[in-house]
Amino acid sequence: MIKLRRYLAYYKKECIIGPLCKLFEAILELLVPLVMAGIIDNGVRNGDTAYIWRMGGLLVILAAVGLCSALVCQYLASKASQGVGTRLRRDLFLHINKLSHAELDKLGTPSLITRITYDTNQVQQSVAMAIRLLTRAPFIVIGSMVMAMTINLKMSIIFFIAAILIAVTLYLIMTKSIPIFEKMQKKLDRISLICRENLSGNRVIRAFSKQKNEKKRIDNSTEDLAKTSIRVSILSALLSPVTYIITNVAIILIIWFGAQNVNAGNGMLSGDIIALVNYMTQILLAMIVVANLVVLLTKASASAARLNEVFETQPSVCENTTENIEISESESTPKIEFDNVNFTYGTGDDELEDISFKIKRGQTVGLIGGTGCGKSTLVNLIPRFYDATQGTVSVDGRNVKDYPFLQLRSQIGIVPQQSILFKGTIRDNMKWQNKDATDEDIINALKIAQAYEFVSKLEKGLDSFVEQGGKNFSGGQRQRLCIARALTGSPKLLILDDSFSALDFATDAALRKALRENTKDMTVIIVTQRCSTIKNADLILVLDDGRLVGKGQHDELFENCETYREICLSQLNEEEAKR
Amino acid sequence: MKNSAKKSSSVKKVLKKIKPYSFYLIMALVSAIISVSLTLYIPVLTGNAIDNIIDKGNVDFASVLQILAYIGVGIGGVALFQWIMTYFTNIVSYRTVRDLRREVFEKFNTVPLSYIDTNSHGDLISRVINDVDAVGDGLTQMFLQLFSGIVTIVGTLVFMLTINWKIALVVVVLTPLSLFVAAFIGKMIHNRFTRQQALNGEISSYVEEHIGNQRIVKAFSYEDRAFEEFEKYNDELLEVGFKAQFAGALANPSTRFVNALVYAAVGIMGALFAVAGTLSVGQLSCFLTYANQYTKPFNEVTGVLTQLQTGIAAAGRVFEVLEADNEIPDNSTKEIEHCEGNVKIENVNFSYTKEKPLITNFSLDVKSGSHIAIVGPTGCGKTTFINLLMRFYDTDSGKISIDGVDIMDITRDNLRKCYGMVLQDSWLFNGTIMENLRYGNENATEEEVIAAAKAAYAHSFIRRMSDGYNTVISEDGGNLSQGQKQLLCIARAMLTNPSILILDEATSSIDTLTEIRVQKAFAKMMKGKTSFVVAHRLSTIKESDVILVMKDGNIIEQGTHEELLVKGGFYNKLYNSQFAKQ
Repeated sequence: MIKLRRYLAYYKKECIIGPLCKLFEAILELLVPLVMAGIIDNGVRNGDTAYIWRMGGLLVILAAVGLCSALVCQYLASKASQGVGTRLRRDLFLHINKLSHAELDKLGTPSLITRITYDTNQVQQSVAMAIRLLTRAPFIVIGSMVMAMTINLKMSIIFFIAAILIAVTLYLIMTKSIPIFEKMQKKLDRISLICRENLSGNRVIRAFSKQKNEKKRIDNSTEDLAKTSIRVSILSALLSPVTYIITNVAIILIIWFGAQNVNAGNGMLSGDIIALVNYMTQILLAMIVVANLVVLLTKASASAARLNEVFETQPSVCENTTENIEISESESTPKIEFDNVNFTYGTGDDELEDISFKIKRGQTVGLIGGTGCGKSTLVNLIPRFYDATQGTVSVDGRNVKDYPFLQLRSQIGIVPQQSILFKGTIRDNMKWQNKDATDEDIINALKIAQAYEFVSKLEKGLDSFVEQGGKNFSGGQRQRLCIARALTGSPKLLILDDSFSALDFATDAALRKALRENTKDMTVIIVTQRCSTIKNADLILVLDDGRLVGKGQHDELFENCETYREICLSQLNEEEAKR
Repeated sequence: MKNSAKKSSSVKKVLKKIKPYSFYLIMALVSAIISVSLTLYIPVLTGNAIDNIIDKGNVDFASVLQILAYIGVGIGGVALFQWIMTYFTNIVSYRTVRDLRREVFEKFNTVPLSYIDTNSHGDLISRVINDVDAVGDGLTQMFLQLFSGIVTIVGTLVFMLTINWKIALVVVVLTPLSLFVAAFIGKMIHNRFTRQQALNGEISSYVEEHIGNQRIVKAFSYEDRAFEEFEKYNDELLEVGFKAQFAGALANPSTRFVNALVYAAVGIMGALFAVAGTLSVGQLSCFLTYANQYTKPFNEVTGVLTQLQTGIAAAGRVFEVLEADNEIPDNSTKEIEHCEGNVKIENVNFSYTKEKPLITNFSLDVKSGSHIAIVGPTGCGKTTFINLLMRFYDTDSGKISIDGVDIMDITRDNLRKCYGMVLQDSWLFNGTIMENLRYGNENATEEEVIAAAKAAYAHSFIRRMSDGYNTVISEDGGNLSQGQKQLLCIARAMLTNPSILILDEATSSIDTLTEIRVQKAFAKMMKGKTSFVVAHRLSTIKESDVILVMKDGNIIEQGTHEELLVKGGFYNKLYNSQFAKQ
């Protein structure tokens, strides 16, 4: 919570004036019992009607001024809290944009989403509450005590004891219930998880007729949550009765000792007792507010901690410069070069071991290997989604670490394994790589990607709406649109990461043919498990368990590389493979 | 008007759900009445006590002591019943929350599958979690504030009337003013609040899309543009949020102002009456306390107004799910005890949306023990065919029967027991690997599980994991690769020992070498049993008895691999496209 205070610094004015207004209002409120005591002791006792009217008028004025200052405070509080929330959201979004894949893996995107939405809202609310109430309650308590002291010093001891008892009660109940609140949050996460599983696995659950089992799971976890919630409510429900007892016992004491004072005649009047009772009531009311506030603030501080965790996560892959660097595009410089590259995720075994190869400008390269052999990891090193643990990756003769991100990544078109489109029109989606792309560019790309046929059949063509994730298109259509999206920017380097898996062979072949014909200068890397897809590639790289076990063309690899030969023969017969 | 009708019906429906807990509710209400009445009575006692303290040497200690004793008992009563009220109210709302969650959840498994397919999962989950929570909050607030508020208002009025009806009348006259303020501000909050909620939803969905797919955003250097778009939403939220919050925040000072005015009026009038001698000082003192208490509920109701309104809106969203139509109930006129695996499909028509017919006049007769492969371009209806076989969706017309029994005449459970299936989307749950493998067959022994895992080539990687078969699969399955997940799903299906096996792109993420081995295991397992295999990789289906070539929802060719090649049709083209010269 404290670490995020820099956000309040943007709203210094609001954060100082706001509480001051509230204090002012509280002072006015504290004057009310005093004025009322005056009315009783002076007006009523002396039968001074004019005095009563005058003081009555004063009460109305106090109320009106109080209203104004409360409104100013509310205005400033709203401004500051919404401002803090907006800035937090903005900075989080920016910060997440800077994180590299390794950090995203660690934090998990679903969790980042809740942090940017739910957790910022919690902090935002707490700022408003703090400005409005946090200074007010202690002030009322202290103010009431001071006022009590001016009325009768000895009697104010009762106030001190009551205040301490209330503070102890608050502390005890809060420290006991906070851990249970945290447990409740975890139990709610569990319910959410079971729901998610039941929605995503609905077919499997129905296929295995496991509905009853799943019902039992949710019954248990909801019962668990209800029990814990009810248990914590035994505790939290204690808060107001206990405060009530403390303040009212204090009132009994005030009356009792007050009676003795009045009887002894040492300057105390019955009006003073009324005033003291009123101040005690004020404390009771203020404490009820504090109790609610404490719950809110504990929730918010948990959220603040989650936000800080994000802010404190530093991207592991950083730009070393933002200035474009000079590159060599001569024929002799390889487009891409891997030199003794090793890579590991965190602490595990090497994902990639001692990888070295060169790709020439304009070549089409196939990258093939079994499940989990490191193909995707290898291509992720080129746009610096991850950094090589050892060795260097170079593009156009320069280490990728020397590039600014934009210069490096804008020349690479990537078609990821998962075909995801974004909400908007097809045209919007096609402009991701190059925001100035013309319709002609887009149509061209769609044609190469074998997507123009179905897009042109759509009623609205390029203006057709794409739902979140591209759900309104079939898997194959989505994949082709993703390929077109990467092609629209006419990238110099195209990386297709297992991007044909949802395409049937005919479309696959037509697509490759079109790619070959239309992208003469483009260097293309095709990651795949189908050997037919890359049979005709200029260079084939064969990966096995993180090691490069073969590089060359189909015919020589089929003869010499055992792994490649096995892969081919698992898909085609000898004759087909040689064809 | 329509809106308010909908509002009240949501409230009514929620109240219906509370019925089982009427006992607690009545107890809470009784406690509220007792504790509020006592709270109101104590100022009377305090006033009486003060009346016995006149001035020096003129204090009736015996009476004061007696009154203080009453106050003490009163305090105890208030505290006890206040606690009971809060506790019981919490019991009611938490149990209602629990019941609502269960009901919505149960709904997930009883609605037609199309409901799950067409609604956003994030949204449905948010209804179970956030909306039900909001309903619970609203309930708690409603009972605690509204009921005790009403009791307080009525109570204070009664007390004030008994003390001095004239001043009480002033209070009654001023009542409409605070009601008016509360109502006016309530209205203002509601509209702005709805707008704010809508924007909040938009931001969430934008964030979900762009942070959720951060990898693609990075790949396209789209960060800056995404940020610009996000800023638009964010700035708008700032504006709307500020207005909503400020409008909402107006309620409290405004009602407090009314409160203060009432207080001043009571003070002036009370003092005047006291001067005239019709009111004692003590009575005035407790009158003032009442004036304070009387307006407090108005304050508090405006304070929780947003919560109440969110609760009502949320209840609407919850009931929307609860009121969705269920699947056609099971018809169990017949039962298949031992499935032979004869599948007959006659003149089946089906479409997801009325306008776009997908499967038309589809017929097929499959004899027990034959291996059927289904191939065709994407979107041709392969997966739909599986959906119909398993009754995830029901046919629009036509008949599917197994061993001569119409699948509409048996329960879905009975039907699905006949099948074992592995789907393209490999689903596992957050439990141990052992639990996941036993999902379809709880009675499988450990030996059987391991044998199945071995057959699916999953045993070796399972053994290498930190806790072997007891390794817990993480929530997003992140500790397994896509291919490994598929192998586990295959092992899971192998354990069920079904009569009919359905494989829908079951091996798409597995490398071809492993795939061939797994295919062999399948072949062994399926000896003499019927199987349906959907595949892109034509290499995996060459050995099938019948290959169905589907296009646009129809079977356009059928036969064995060799027959179809000779025929030189669509299959031939499809097959040879693998070797097309580039």
